[in-house]
Amino acid sequence: MSYIKKPKVIHPKSPRNDLGLTVRDYEGGMSTLCAGCGHDSVTGAIVQAAFDLSIPPHRFVKLSGIGCSSKTPAYFMRESHGFNSVHGRMPSVATGANAANGELTFIGVSGDGDTLSIGLGQFCHAARRNLNMLYIIENNGVYGLTKGQFSASADIGSTAKKGEENLQTPIDPCRTAITMGAAFVARGFSGDKDQLVPLLKAGFMHRGFAVIDVISPCVTFNDHEGSTKSYEYTREHYHPAIHADFVPPAQEIKAKYDEGEAMSITLHDGGQIVLRKVDREYDPTDRAAVYSYLEHRQAAGEIVTGLLYIDETRPEMHDLSNTSDTALAHLDFSELCPGQSALQKLHDIYR
Amino acid sequence: MSQGPKTNDFTIRIANVNGTGSASANALLMKSLFRMGIPVVGKNYFPSNIQGLPTWYEIRASGEGYLARSGRVDILIAMNAETYKNDLARVAPGGYLIYDSTWPRSKMLQRNDITVVGIPLAKMCNENFSNARSRVLMKNVAYVGALAALIEIDLEVIRQSLKKTFASKAHMLDANYLAIELGYNYAKEHFDCPLSFVAKPLDKTRGNIMIDGNTATALGCIYAGATVGAWYPITPSTSVMDAFSAFCEKFRIDPETGKRNFCIIQAEDELSAIGMVLGASWNGARAFTPTSGPGISLMSEFLGYGYFAEIPAVLIDVQRCGPSTGMPTRTQQADILPCAYASHGDTRHVLLFPANPEECFYLAVAAFDLAERLQTPVIMLTDLDIGMNDWMCPDLEWDDDYVPDRGKVMDADALEKVESFHRYLDVDADGIPYRTYPGVHPKGAYFTRGSGHNMYGAYTEKSKEYQEVVDRLRRKWETAKEYVPGPVVDYTEKHRVGIISVGSCDSAVREARDRLLESGIGTNYLRVKAFPFNGDVQKFLDAHERIYVVEQNRDAQLRSLLMLETDVDANKLVPTLFYDGLPIEAKGIIAAINEDMARGKAA
Repeated sequence: MSYIKKPKVIHPKSPRNDLGLTVRDYEGGMSTLCAGCGHDSVTGAIVQAAFDLSIPPHRFVKLSGIGCSSKTPAYFMRESHGFNSVHGRMPSVATGANAANGELTFIGVSGDGDTLSIGLGQFCHAARRNLNMLYIIENNGVYGLTKGQFSASADIGSTAKKGEENLQTPIDPCRTAITMGAAFVARGFSGDKDQLVPLLKAGFMHRGFAVIDVISPCVTFNDHEGSTKSYEYTREHYHPAIHADFVPPAQEIKAKYDEGEAMSITLHDGGQIVLRKVDREYDPTDRAAVYSYLEHRQAAGEIVTGLLYIDETRPEMHDLSNTSDTALAHLDFSELCPGQSALQKLHDIYR
Repeated sequence: MSQGPKTNDFTIRIANVNGTGSASANALLMKSLFRMGIPVVGKNYFPSNIQGLPTWYEIRASGEGYLARSGRVDILIAMNAETYKNDLARVAPGGYLIYDSTWPRSKMLQRNDITVVGIPLAKMCNENFSNARSRVLMKNVAYVGALAALIEIDLEVIRQSLKKTFASKAHMLDANYLAIELGYNYAKEHFDCPLSFVAKPLDKTRGNIMIDGNTATALGCIYAGATVGAWYPITPSTSVMDAFSAFCEKFRIDPETGKRNFCIIQAEDELSAIGMVLGASWNGARAFTPTSGPGISLMSEFLGYGYFAEIPAVLIDVQRCGPSTGMPTRTQQADILPCAYASHGDTRHVLLFPANPEECFYLAVAAFDLAERLQTPVIMLTDLDIGMNDWMCPDLEWDDDYVPDRGKVMDADALEKVESFHRYLDVDADGIPYRTYPGVHPKGAYFTRGSGHNMYGAYTEKSKEYQEVVDRLRRKWETAKEYVPGPVVDYTEKHRVGIISVGSCDSAVREARDRLLESGIGTNYLRVKAFPFNGDVQKFLDAHERIYVVEQNRDAQLRSLLMLETDVDANKLVPTLFYDGLPIEAKGIIAAINEDMARGKAA
């Protein structure tokens, strides 16, 4: 259970980040998910990414909805505030929390049920507002906590454990996010940490709504033959289109890339994302082309992964609403209350 | 009419078509009476529509200062031919019907006990204005001019009112004044002025303003220091956010940077709006959402979350006619019970009940203090009558020494000093734990959840640990009784009959009590201002054998709440109910009480 405290033993030679913290400082409570659950690998990748970025754990805000995926914020960063909200409504809580104080780093963890069924509306509108947060969908195509119903991301023809076939069209979170205005859309696989950690880092540092759809197999209800969200199926149909490396501000890009293979995107804080492309023709800044590419590859049965789409120029929610540089939660009351003299002047309008 | 004209005691009802710009003419008429020092109140009866349907505006002038709907029409200005027949029937005997006689209706408009006054408004305006829109608008201004002659409204006051409204639009001022003169001169020439109703200058509005409850509520949110407003448009609450937004533009733009010290988010629905409010409050801002009944239904799941996870939130429920979509532009007080216990499981919410715009201002401020002190959602229940109608109320006052009560929040210094922090520990034995804001200190972290948690904030499925938390929440509820505003009580031992009421019933109840007293029935009065009820409510219940519970819903919701939450014998609480969607009037209350008493005597 999540209230069992993990013993925190730190080896003296453990690597430390710029803050002098170890990876263990970014961990949380013990996971209560099934052994082998993809979500635990995602948790591990989040811990690694946050550690690498050297952001103090208490400066993160972690939020979730309801479901197996939404339990995971209890398993990382014990020193940050967590908000396990109601089913499908995490984006609205994140929106309000971000409106109050956008200086913090926001991470939301959701699942395919939480995001694509009950929470589809809020997900779309958070994308539309370009809320500055990293939104992770731990996507396994199935409802775990209620024991195995299809979710809205289940592919046509994918079968349930007892053999029933899904006939309804799946909702692809990546294409949905692109359509709704998200400016950072990626797909990863819980089984590929090397790809996922840099994606998470880039997502954290991107200013705006960063969506990462992580195929994260459910070992208990959706890892059988006939499922298109199993480990085996995902590994077989997995196609990394673009690998993203995150390079922090003031650090030089050291790796050498062939002409046309790599492109670099500069983030708001001066950091850079270097994209290594498998397909040379792929342009992750061309929204229509990305959409069409994903459409075609999906039809061909391929699971395209990597940083699929990015637009660093779009203003985020605070830019759009022109809110003060000081977090609203930190404004002094004297700046907010007009006082008695203003009230008296106001009365003239109402006489 | 041998006893001479009736002074400063009449109701004017204007029948019009919505979308014709009558609102400004009606406001001009009402403000002019107000500026003559005569207490007035305006009630707008409008359709859920933008253009072309019937709409009525009622102005009651009352030298005695009664501000409830009078339920009587003395002068009817009939500007909508479609409703002539009904409008004619509405006029009280001895009253007047004024209509546009450009198209004479001598056959249709016949009643022996009233006077029909025909003024060719359209004809005069067509002759004097060339623009089509002006011709429509100025007909309305012209009837104000006619009334000025007919009931002796001070022309100079009207002139000043127009000047104030059209300070920067000289051509509009000229046009309006011409229209006033057209109406005024025609009436003077053709009728024996004044009619049997007149307006005489008084000195009873000094130190008062005319304001609607939604504007006053928005102002309260500004003064309370609210920075995040999340909402989904819904009648009749929309103008709360409109006003908040306008006040923010005035008071909350940083003069140096031009940046906004506020964030208004128009959410995709009410579920999202309340989620945003909870998120913002949790992260240290004062946040609120205005809504109406259907919004409360949608917000219910999150309201339970806010109650259980103990997150402050301020909701303004401007009640309208239910159930379901109901009549969105009519008033009611039918959300009392749904708000008190909104959400599944054992939940209960602090409620505030302002009776008028003045109280909307003060209670909006109190709502934020209470929400943060008690760490729970607080719902302020107003209604369409308070929210959207212009009420006369005393100037609003602000104490510049006011310090917001942010409740029990541990800051970085406090956290530095403690060994460890536990979110739901009842340290002070008042049921209210301490909370922390995110990002302040590593020791302040905790996990907020709507699932079972123990007093340390950890997940639990252990019966005892769960029960400890919900029992403490009940103790917190007891503490809340010490913080919420008590009822307004008018009590003397010599009266045996009690009246309990709530919110916008207040003015009608007070008028009814005066009339009842004149007829020899003295009453005591308690107006509930908040839920939970405190000891004063129980005392009042105990002190009377018969209590009329006056409220504006079908199912006696306030009465039910009293039965559930106090030790009262239900038999002595007489439901006194009004739920036709129109603002409550004194007549109905008087009739109901008289009837019940007559029944009691007969028995």
